[in-house]
Amino acid sequence: MTLHRPDAQVHFGVFFQGVNHTTIWSDPASGSQIDFETFRRIIGTAERGLFDAFFLGEGLRLREQEGKILDLDIAGRPDAIAQLSALAGITSNIGLVATQNTTYNEPGDLARRLAGLDILSDGRAGWNAVTTDNAWTGENFRRGGFLDHELRYERADQFIRTARAIWDAWADDAIATSRDSEFWAEKDAVQRVSLSTSQFDVDLDSTLPRSRQGHPVIFQAGDSPTGRDFAAANADVIFSRHGTDFDEALTFANDIRARLRAAGRPEDDIKILPGTQIVLAENAAEVEEKERWVRDGQFTGPTALSLVGLVWGKDLSDRDPDGPLPSEDPVVAPISSTRGAFRDGKDPVEIAKEWRALAEAKNLSLREVAIETTVRSGFAGTPGQVADELTKWVREGATDGFNISPYIVPGGLDEIVDWLVPELQERGAYRTEYTETTLRGHLGLREPLTRRKTGETDSSAAG
Amino acid sequence: MSIFALGIELDGEGGHPAAWRHAHHAPSESLTGRVLQHKVAAAENAGFTFATFDDSIVPATSDITARVDAINRASFVAATTSTIGLVPVVGTTYAEPFHISSQIATLDYSSRGRGGWIPTRVHDPAVARAWGRPLISEPADLDREQRDSITVARDLWDSWEDDAVVRDYASGRFLDRDKLHYVDFQGESFSVKGPAIVPRPPQGQLVVFGTEADRDQVDVVLAQNADTTRQGLTFLELDVTLDTPSASASERLESLNSYTRAPSSSRREYTGSAAGLVDLLAETAETFDGVRLFPTVIDADIRELARYVLPPLLKSGVAHRPVPGSTFRSNLGLTRPANRYERV
Repeated sequence: MTLHRPDAQVHFGVFFQGVNHTTIWSDPASGSQIDFETFRRIIGTAERGLFDAFFLGEGLRLREQEGKILDLDIAGRPDAIAQLSALAGITSNIGLVATQNTTYNEPGDLARRLAGLDILSDGRAGWNAVTTDNAWTGENFRRGGFLDHELRYERADQFIRTARAIWDAWADDAIATSRDSEFWAEKDAVQRVSLSTSQFDVDLDSTLPRSRQGHPVIFQAGDSPTGRDFAAANADVIFSRHGTDFDEALTFANDIRARLRAAGRPEDDIKILPGTQIVLAENAAEVEEKERWVRDGQFTGPTALSLVGLVWGKDLSDRDPDGPLPSEDPVVAPISSTRGAFRDGKDPVEIAKEWRALAEAKNLSLREVAIETTVRSGFAGTPGQVADELTKWVREGATDGFNISPYIVPGGLDEIVDWLVPELQERGAYRTEYTETTLRGHLGLREPLTRRKTGETDSSAAG
Repeated sequence: MSIFALGIELDGEGGHPAAWRHAHHAPSESLTGRVLQHKVAAAENAGFTFATFDDSIVPATSDITARVDAINRASFVAATTSTIGLVPVVGTTYAEPFHISSQIATLDYSSRGRGGWIPTRVHDPAVARAWGRPLISEPADLDREQRDSITVARDLWDSWEDDAVVRDYASGRFLDRDKLHYVDFQGESFSVKGPAIVPRPPQGQLVVFGTEADRDQVDVVLAQNADTTRQGLTFLELDVTLDTPSASASERLESLNSYTRAPSSSRREYTGSAAGLVDLLAETAETFDGVRLFPTVIDADIRELARYVLPPLLKSGVAHRPVPGSTFRSNLGLTRPANRYERV
């Protein structure tokens, strides 16, 4: 293999999803998804395993299917920034990344809450900036539902620009270092932020000085061409979905590097961390058995019927999950009958056709089709095999690391930290101690984009 | 009423705008998590039942112009404390009620049932500009946003019944959807559908503080003078400056005022010896259910409070130390409320 980056190391994050069918709740070892102890334990394990970051998703409306609250999956989770602030108080190194929507927040408020997390954690905050054009979510918010699809990245772009202006309003060292100083903060060291854009009209005096890492690290998760360009213009890290197939991941990474060059940034300016799942066992037979166990726990009969029902646009819960796919064609609803889940904009009749062909070719039941078409299994193997594979991914430039979603909480990270991390360390492909204290430092990122554009330099921002 | 609750306001370095000059650390340290933890731990160890954290999206009218969001601060100390109630101030005039409800419900989880909330009307036009929202300034409109925000937060906290998570392996159902409820709030300036994203918080309903005008919606009324109608829990707010070994209370105030003159406070003030404050609080306990003390300089005054004020009050039974493992509600003598949506 070609080692484009022979010394590259694997970066790990943990993505605590909270709401999904991929976290197995039916096992006796599965704990609560909401009690604070679950979070304390899992972040403690991640920090013991020298992970870069702990991620939380965001929920703004409970999912529904066919007009009813979806009752099959784990649901219910904490507010991300409030929870990460609590976790900041009991950790000292790991990064804390909050998924936060640009559609149903305002920059003056959200920039302040994110920077607050960054200051209290002494430079460990990250922001996974997401967008939504889902009017249904808006029913919980003052602004209501509507935001045109084409406006959501425009709003996100202006949102981040405004947030950065707020984060950059204070000069470094603006606050006095002695109680004998004339003022608590130097009077002219804080700039007023006045920004008028098509989406925002913000005028404020920021209450937030800079953190040790400058300001929160910006993550981006969208995969469309617009999303990728948005990342190339704004992001420090991409939380991609290309974490299963090597060639696909490499193609994605090359595409991002091209977009970065086009945007005038160095091609290693963004770190790519795909979401993934890792299943480990001692030998091939055990690996296979464990994979099956994980899959069965994730794709129960009711869950498979629900997933297939999303495509068919109807309630299939009275069907036999181990029987065939429905013989009738999907209902093509004018708007998605499912709220808060994706169908990737594809025509359901087309999907049904593909799935029927797959079922026929491989002789699959409805449930098996759901598994085959939905599961993104990530990696499975012995710790040594998986360590080899992850090392290859990183050293050949397909990714910079992985965001691991444990299939069980809170114990799902134990094997990764106890078995896989030592194997990676033996290969020289994983840190043996934290060498930095900030999230920006763990990821090896340059100083924040705005600091570079204005030509200012600040040696502390990178460290 | 046997319970007399002791609370302390812990924003910044204290109530005086120049308080930072008498803090125990440099200004550049004052926003750090370490200093925050130190202050809250001192209040918890002293025996306070709750700590409050004032806030605004725009700089305070104090020498200190920086401030971390109050929910962040309360959350940051949630897992490193064990008995003290944690009560952020959150404005209701422009914020999203759905977000507020989720954020403080989360605080209740991370503190294991010690969360509270002081919702406030925001009069400052600078706040509207910071939010980028049209100014709300008519008293009736401020009242409406306050009332509607509290209503929505409370409805959302109840929108999951306590046993909504069923984990029924046989049917494959994690939730019982009949125990989840749309709140369907329709107000003049916003509507909220629900249900909440955060399951019902440990206390069922967090402890909500308000003014006399909010009485029918809150658990505790914060009063600035003794004329307040007594009905439900009412706590007196009190500015406190104590004598210290190195300077008397009035010398301390004089020194601070020589830098920045404190604006006149609408609260009652106590300036003097610890023993005098003990007497005042014992007397206050006859007519009020608690106090919220505003120390002039947190670092200096909390030391005197911990050494000379709380011990005699706790010893004589005027006040009680909060009980480890119990919720903030129960430390105030409040019961865990029934869920409004639960079928009888």
